[in-house]
Amino acid sequence: MRKLALPEEVLLKIEKPARYIGNEVNMVRKDLSEIEVRFAMCFPDVYEIGMSHLGIQILYDMFNQREDIYCERIYSPWTDLDKIMREQKIPLFAIESQDPIKEFDFIGITLQYEMCYTNVLQILDLGQIPLHSCDRTEDDPIIIGGGPCAYNPEPLAEFFDLFYIGEGETVYFDLIDAYKENKKAGRSRIEFLERAAEIPGIYVPQFYTVTYHEDGTIQRFFPHNPHAKEKIRKEVVMDMSHTYYPKKPLVPFIKATQDRVVLEIQRGCIRGCRFCQAGEVYKPVRERSLEFLKNAAYEMLKNTGQEEISLSSLSSSDYSNLKELVNFLIEEFQGKGVNISLPSLRIDAFSLDVMSKVQDIKKSSLTFAPEAGSQRLRNVINKGLTQEDILNGASKAFHGGWNKVKLYFMLGLPTETKEDMEEIAVLSDNIARVYYAEIPKEQRNGKVQITASTSFFVPKPFTPFQWAKMCQKEDYLEKARIVNAKMKEMLNWKSLKYNWHEADVTVLEGVLARGDRKISAVIERAYQKGCFYDAWSETFDNDKWMEAFDELGIDINFYNTRERDLDEILPWDFIDVGVTKEFLKREWKRALEEKTTPNCRISCSGCGAKVFEGGVCFENKN
Amino acid sequence: MKIRIKFAKRGAMKFVGHLDIMRYFQKAMRRAEVDIAYSEGFSPHQKMSFAAPLGLGLTSEGEYMDIEVHQSKSSKEMVQALNEVMVDGIEILSFKKLSDSSQNAMASLVAADYRLTLRKEEPFKQREKLFQEIETFLNQESIPIMKKTKKGEKEIDLKSLIYHFSVKEDSLFLTVAVGSAENVKPELIVETFFNAKGQQMPEFYFQIQRLELYTKDLIPLEEVGEDIE
Repeated sequence: MRKLALPEEVLLKIEKPARYIGNEVNMVRKDLSEIEVRFAMCFPDVYEIGMSHLGIQILYDMFNQREDIYCERIYSPWTDLDKIMREQKIPLFAIESQDPIKEFDFIGITLQYEMCYTNVLQILDLGQIPLHSCDRTEDDPIIIGGGPCAYNPEPLAEFFDLFYIGEGETVYFDLIDAYKENKKAGRSRIEFLERAAEIPGIYVPQFYTVTYHEDGTIQRFFPHNPHAKEKIRKEVVMDMSHTYYPKKPLVPFIKATQDRVVLEIQRGCIRGCRFCQAGEVYKPVRERSLEFLKNAAYEMLKNTGQEEISLSSLSSSDYSNLKELVNFLIEEFQGKGVNISLPSLRIDAFSLDVMSKVQDIKKSSLTFAPEAGSQRLRNVINKGLTQEDILNGASKAFHGGWNKVKLYFMLGLPTETKEDMEEIAVLSDNIARVYYAEIPKEQRNGKVQITASTSFFVPKPFTPFQWAKMCQKEDYLEKARIVNAKMKEMLNWKSLKYNWHEADVTVLEGVLARGDRKISAVIERAYQKGCFYDAWSETFDNDKWMEAFDELGIDINFYNTRERDLDEILPWDFIDVGVTKEFLKREWKRALEEKTTPNCRISCSGCGAKVFEGGVCFENKN
Repeated sequence: MKIRIKFAKRGAMKFVGHLDIMRYFQKAMRRAEVDIAYSEGFSPHQKMSFAAPLGLGLTSEGEYMDIEVHQSKSSKEMVQALNEVMVDGIEILSFKKLSDSSQNAMASLVAADYRLTLRKEEPFKQREKLFQEIETFLNQESIPIMKKTKKGEKEIDLKSLIYHFSVKEDSLFLTVAVGSAENVKPELIVETFFNAKGQQMPEFYFQIQRLELYTKDLIPLEEVGEDIE
C-alpha cells in the first residue's frame, strides 16, 4: 500500500480527503530508482478544478512516456488543509509519490487565470521553497510557469525561474535534456538557466533588465545576459494530428468540475474577436484530423469508463469535419449510454438537429454569446453575430420545442454608450417577442425564459484592445444598473432575467493582466495578508488587496484607467506570438472606426501568424 | 440477469466516500465492458444498487452491490475482468448470479460484522484492560440509550441490536443489526461505553473495518447467489 503524506487524523478532519490521496484510475506509477528527472505539474487551484484541465492531462501523459522522467501532480490544498499544514509544518507533497515537492527537479505551474496568482505563492510557501527566484539555491526545484497568462509573465517575474511561452508539446524535452546534461557535468543552477534561455520559447526573467520613465512607463527592456534572447517566440504545435494526446486520462474519485473526457478538435480560432486573447495567441487555427479524433474518442472512453464526452475548441462550428465527427460520436457511443456534450456551437439547423438527439430539449437551453447589445458595438469588437442570426436561431429552436435561452454579454467594452448597454435589454426582449409571436399558446411549454448575463470586460495583452482604458469599480456597477433598469421597462420583462458580476475582481484582474514587474510586490503583499483562492467569491478579500496597493504606493489607475500610447513599450512586447503589433494597432483603429475584419477563411488579414507555416493560413494551398 | 458482487475496500480507499464509490463502479463497469442494463431516457443510469453505504474512514472486506446485466461470462472471468480495471485498494471478491425472485441486497440486509482496533498502538496492558471493560459493559442484560427520532427522542435497548461480540488479541469483533428496520453503527456502541464511564471517546480512537454483511439467519449476502460456470 502506498504511504500517504497526511496523517489519518488530518485526512478524517478535512473536507473531501480524496483530493489528496491520489490512486485515481490511470494514475502513473514509476519506480523512483529508475527515474532521472522528477517533474511536478501544478494547477494552482483546488483539485476538482485542476483535474478538469485538459492541458495538464496532455503534458502528464507526454512526460510520463519518457522512462527517465516521472511527472506527478500538485493542486492547491483547500483552505481547511492549508491551515493544518501551516500549523503542523507539513510540507506540500505531490499526489503520486506523496513526496515533498521541494525534492523535485522541476515544478511546472500552469497559469490559466490571473486570479490564481496568490495561489502560486501558496504552493511555493507550503512547499517550503523560497518565493523569489533569486533566493533559491542549488537544492531547490526549478520553477516554471506556462499557460495563457504566461503571455504576460511580468507580474510574476520574480517568483519564477523560467517561463515556457506557448504550447507545451514542443520543447519540454529539450529543456529536460539540457537539465540532465547540466547535472551530469556538475554545472550550477545558473548555468542551467543560461542554457535554458537559449531554447526557443523559454524566457528567464532574471536575465532581463527593465528601466522606467519618470511616469512609470517602460523606458527599456533588454537582456543583460548573453545567453538570453532579445525576443521570445511562442511555441506552437503545427501538426495537431501527430502529437501527444492522452489515451488514458486520469479519472478522479470525486466529481471534477469537468467530469468527462475531452476531445480537443482544433486549436485556435478563425474569428478574430477583438477582445479575445485566446483567439490571437493560439493563431493560426490548426485542426486535428477526423481519424485522430475518432481514435482518441474511442481510446479515452474505453480506458476511463467516463459516461460523457465533450468537444473542446474556441468555436466548434468552424471545425471542417464537424458533421462527420458528431454523427460518428452519436452512432458509435450514444447507444452505449455515453452523453455527448457540444459546447460553443453556433445555433443553426444542424446544431439544433444534433442537440435534439443528444439532450432533453425540455431541460436544455440555447446559448448565444452576442457579447454586445448593439450591432454598432458588435462591429467594434468584431463579433460577427447579428440580431438576425440570433432571432432566426431562436425562432428555429422555439419551433423545435426549446424555451430557455441564455445570453452572454460584456459591459465596459471600448466606445460603449448608454444605448449600447440598453440594447442588451432590447435584444433579450426581441427574442422573447419571437417566442410569443411565433409559438401558438397551445404549443407553448410555459413562458419563455431568457437569462442575460454580463461580465465586465478586461483588456488582455496581445489583443487589439490591449491599449483600451478600463473603468473604475463604481462605473462598472452603474453600467449594470442601466441594463437592469432597462430590462424592467421591456414588454416581456417577466420572461427576462438579468445577472451581473461583482466589479472588484474585474479591477484586480485588469491590473494583473496588463501589469509589469512592479506588480510582483503587490501580489506578494496581498498573499502575506492572507489572500489566496481569489478566484473564489467566498475567499476573495478585496480590502486586503487594496491595502497592499496602498502600502506599496502602487496606483491602480496607472494600469487600468490610463490611456496607453500606441508607441508605449508594453511589458509583454518582448514576446512574439506571430500576430504582429502592427496588425493589433490596425485592428484597434478599425475597431474605433466600427469596421469589421473578415475571418481567416474568408480572407487573410495579414496578422502575422503565417510565419508558423501551417494551419488555416495554408489551407487549400498545397 | 441479476448479479451480486462482493468487494473489499482497503487502505487509502477509505477516504473515498460512498457516492464517489458508486460513481467509481459505474465507470469501472464500462472499462471492464460488463454488459450492464441501463434505464431509459436522455440520461440513462446503470441498474446498480449497493447494500449499505460504508462511512468515510472505514475499510471493508465485505461490501456488496447488485447489478442487472443482459448477459455474463463465467463468474471467474468476470471477477478477473473487473479486477483488471480496479484501483489499488478495491478488489472484487465474488460475482454471482441471483434468482429473478431474490430480494436486492439493501432490502435483505439484516446484520453486519465489524472489527475494531485501536488506531494508535497502546501498551498491551492498557489495551487488554480497555477491551475487558468493554466486554463487561456489553455483557449487561440491557443497555438503554436515547435515540433521536423525527418526533424527538425515544429509549431503545442497544444490547438487543448487538447479536454477537468477542475480543480476540488486538481486536473487538461485533455483529450488529444493520438495515432499513434496525440499524446500529459500531461507533455508537463504543461511544456509549465511554459515555457510561463518564468519559468522552478520544477523537479517531478506533479503526473500524466491516467484515461481512448478512441476510436473515446470518447468511452472508454472497451465499444467496450462485456461481456462473
